[in-house]
Amino acid sequence: MNQEAQTTQNGTQMSEQQNTTPSSLSDVAANRAERKVAGTVPMGTGLEARGVHAWFDKHHALEDVSLDFSAGTVTALIGPSGCGKSTFIRTLNRMHEFIPNTSMAGQVLLDGKDIYEAGIDVTKIRLQIGMVFQKPNPFPSMTIGENVLSGLKLAQLKVSNHEELLEECLTRAGLWTEVKDRLDAHAGGLSGGQQQRLCIARALAVKPKVLLMDEPCSALDPGSTLRIEETISQLSKTMTIVIVTHNMQQAARVSDYTAFFLSDGGPGQMIEMGPTNEIFSRPRDQRTENYVTGRFG
Amino acid sequence: MSVAAPTKVTPPARVITTKPRVSDQIFRAIVTAFSFSALVILSLIALFLLLKGFNTFKEQGFGFITNFEWSVTQDAAGKDVTHFGLQAMLIGTVVISFVALVIAVPLSVLTALFLTFYAPERVKKILVTIVDLMAAFPSILYGLWGFFVLMPMAVYWAKLLYKWLGWIYIFDVPDPVFSRSPFIAGIVLSVMIIPIITSVSREVFSQTPLDRVQAAYALGATKWGMIRAVVLPFGAGGVVGGSMLGLGRAFGETVAVFSVLNIVFRTNFHILFTQGGNVASMIIQKWGEAGKSEISALMAAGLVLFGLTLIVNFLANAVVNRTVKSGR
Amino acid sequence: MSTTSVKPIRPWAPSVTDRAMTALSVFLAALTSVVIVATTPMKGKIAYFFLFFIAWFVIDSIFIVRKMGAKGIRDGLAAKVTLFGAVIVSMAVFSILWATISRGVKGLNLAFVTENMRNASMFDPIGKGGILHAILGTLMLIAIAIIISVPMGILTALYLTEIKGRAAGLIQFLVQAMSGVPSVVAGLFIYAAIILNTPLRSSAFLGGLALTILMVPTVTRTAQEVLNLVPRDLREAGLAMGATQWKTVALVVVPAARSGLITATILGVARIAGETAPLLFTVGVFDSYNFNPFKGDQGTIPTVVWRGLLGGTPESVQRAWSAILVLLVVVLTMFVLARSLGSRQPKK
Repeated sequence: MNQEAQTTQNGTQMSEQQNTTPSSLSDVAANRAERKVAGTVPMGTGLEARGVHAWFDKHHALEDVSLDFSAGTVTALIGPSGCGKSTFIRTLNRMHEFIPNTSMAGQVLLDGKDIYEAGIDVTKIRLQIGMVFQKPNPFPSMTIGENVLSGLKLAQLKVSNHEELLEECLTRAGLWTEVKDRLDAHAGGLSGGQQQRLCIARALAVKPKVLLMDEPCSALDPGSTLRIEETISQLSKTMTIVIVTHNMQQAARVSDYTAFFLSDGGPGQMIEMGPTNEIFSRPRDQRTENYVTGRFG
Repeated sequence: MSVAAPTKVTPPARVITTKPRVSDQIFRAIVTAFSFSALVILSLIALFLLLKGFNTFKEQGFGFITNFEWSVTQDAAGKDVTHFGLQAMLIGTVVISFVALVIAVPLSVLTALFLTFYAPERVKKILVTIVDLMAAFPSILYGLWGFFVLMPMAVYWAKLLYKWLGWIYIFDVPDPVFSRSPFIAGIVLSVMIIPIITSVSREVFSQTPLDRVQAAYALGATKWGMIRAVVLPFGAGGVVGGSMLGLGRAFGETVAVFSVLNIVFRTNFHILFTQGGNVASMIIQKWGEAGKSEISALMAAGLVLFGLTLIVNFLANAVVNRTVKSGR
Repeated sequence: MSTTSVKPIRPWAPSVTDRAMTALSVFLAALTSVVIVATTPMKGKIAYFFLFFIAWFVIDSIFIVRKMGAKGIRDGLAAKVTLFGAVIVSMAVFSILWATISRGVKGLNLAFVTENMRNASMFDPIGKGGILHAILGTLMLIAIAIIISVPMGILTALYLTEIKGRAAGLIQFLVQAMSGVPSVVAGLFIYAAIILNTPLRSSAFLGGLALTILMVPTVTRTAQEVLNLVPRDLREAGLAMGATQWKTVALVVVPAARSGLITATILGVARIAGETAPLLFTVGVFDSYNFNPFKGDQGTIPTVVWRGLLGGTPESVQRAWSAILVLLVVVLTMFVLARSLGSRQPKK
């Protein structure tokens, strides 16, 4: 079976030579796993959730989730809507606490240190664990260039060469060629897919170790979706990525590991986690199998 | 084998009409008529002030607005010699309103930010009540308080300002008399307009789109970083609109200004000095002893004031409607 | 297996240490400002205020930098500055309230609210004469204003919310314009239109007319907000039953919004109860009872205050404070009433 994908500089369409066309999710995932094995040594930082619970007021929304995100991997969180995936991912960068009257339990370890420890500087944590949201949200009052560098300004980080960083981040996000001549234009003029890639570039500018993505493509057209999935593959070489998606094909295309979330009317739980091709071909739990084969959800 | 769908021909849309019942027609007629009362009243105001002030406009011409002298004297033959020029009072209006804005806008924006982003729930409720209370105080109360409570303190502050910053033109004084100055009138006015600016600013700040707020926090912003990057750019238009509404209120304020300002028909930019005025308080001051020609002049002044506040309020509402009500 | 014994916590809430640090920095700042005031020529409340602010900022910044680094300083400063803005505004309000109560109370006695000024002058010592005539006059004015402006305001609001005709944009604009009319202009207008053109002279009726001009926009705007809150289903239900529009409005919509419309009226009254300038042109001043709203000057509370202020003597000023206290109590009562009525609105 042919292996290596051709990746071009700006994340444009890869062409892969396969002898068999993928006919199932597990095939897609298997293809990806093979490509990964032949790739570079993964770098990045490990993120680990231990016994994480989340409450909205008295409502127990998430129960006892323990997940280990190995360095340099892409993990997809799948499951029907309302089962706590988004809530969980927001506990990973301490965004959950912005909703009034919320509470949590458990630990989230970045490089072995609990990010919920007392006395910790939470803004530093969010620099190391970045987030891309479902609806692209560039700052409309800033230009494209200013948007990318906004994270630096907010954190008061000094960078010696702004232009270099701009080009690097926009290239990694797959947007450089399209906007390099109009960095001074306002961000609102970009299409949805471009805006989302701008948000990715913006998140990259502060050099996070982990990137969280909450359904980043669900508001985009298929073309933009594909471009962003390629970006994700590229990024996973140097950072850990966690992506929430309700699109199982996307999970199969993009992730190394998959975790399945489900709620039976009560708090959401993580049912099963494993390498993606196994989750889709040989899930251990019956509920997982029901979901990935489309019997519900 | 699939059958092609038959080509569709859309029929023209039917025009739907109803003939309203007679009772409804009467209802609509009455309601519409009463709503136009606003138009009627505003037009009547303009009309009658113009009518009664017409003589003054005829005699003084454009000079009514540009001249500085206001006097009613009699010449050797016993005939009235009148000079009516509003310029000093127009400038005075702008001066004290400007002082009021300089004080009120920062305080209002700070209070609005505090209420929207910093105040704990109970404190917020109390503070909102306090600000609403301010809006309910009668203006004569502000006059009383301004004269008896604020003035002694403000005179002290004025002396300090003169001592340390007197080299700046506006803080200089020709004579060290600091009571009843545009500075004090400006302070009183600012307290009066803080509620409206605060409430409009609050409304626009609370409408800040959540996704941008989250984007800022996700990038590791502190609360102030988020406010600067997202809230202030978003809310700037609303703050401007609210400030203009406050300005319109300040332009027309009468008894509060009269109580704390020494009304003199001279342009005075030395805000710490006891000399100033605005059109509204001038009208009150002159009314008591006004003869026929002066009454006409005061009517004309009223018309000018009416037009001025109308324009400011129109612009203010345009800005507020565009930025706050539509939730851009 | 889920463990039901896990306790929810909020690690982001200020910890005991955080609170202790804040208390410590506040205490130290207060101490510093007191010490500096005692040892330097600076004096006065304003000195305490600013010194406290600066000292608190400096001391707290030390704690913040330890925790968060340089960017925390600006964040801490912003939090303090907004707090100070709110504090200054609150201080102004309390100052006004305190002044009114503490000064006004001294002149309050039974005579003050049960007599008129026919046999007394405002320069007489307190205890002689009262403002009952003014209270009655003000009530008369308010009644007249309500009778005219509430129907007008509600009907205009109905046009804007129920009929929504082509002129709605224009009417909306006009109502907004009307809310900006200065009170002195309203008084001048009534004088110019009526006193100079008809045999009518100063009276409560004319004063009521002037106040109407100021009251209608407030009533309209609040009524509009309240009517818009009535759910569409209610209107549709009425129309679906075959009722005409006016029956739907009169029998369904308006009763549903009833408490809100009362709120609108109360807010309108609060707006005009203390207006002084228009009264000077249209109502005049009077020291005794006048039960005829259409003829003759009236005493009103705002003009009593006005004259007391201008009178300049301690006695007249005392009467002014006491009269404004009475007025303030009335206005604040209406204010509280309006809010409690407003919050009892059906939330559906």
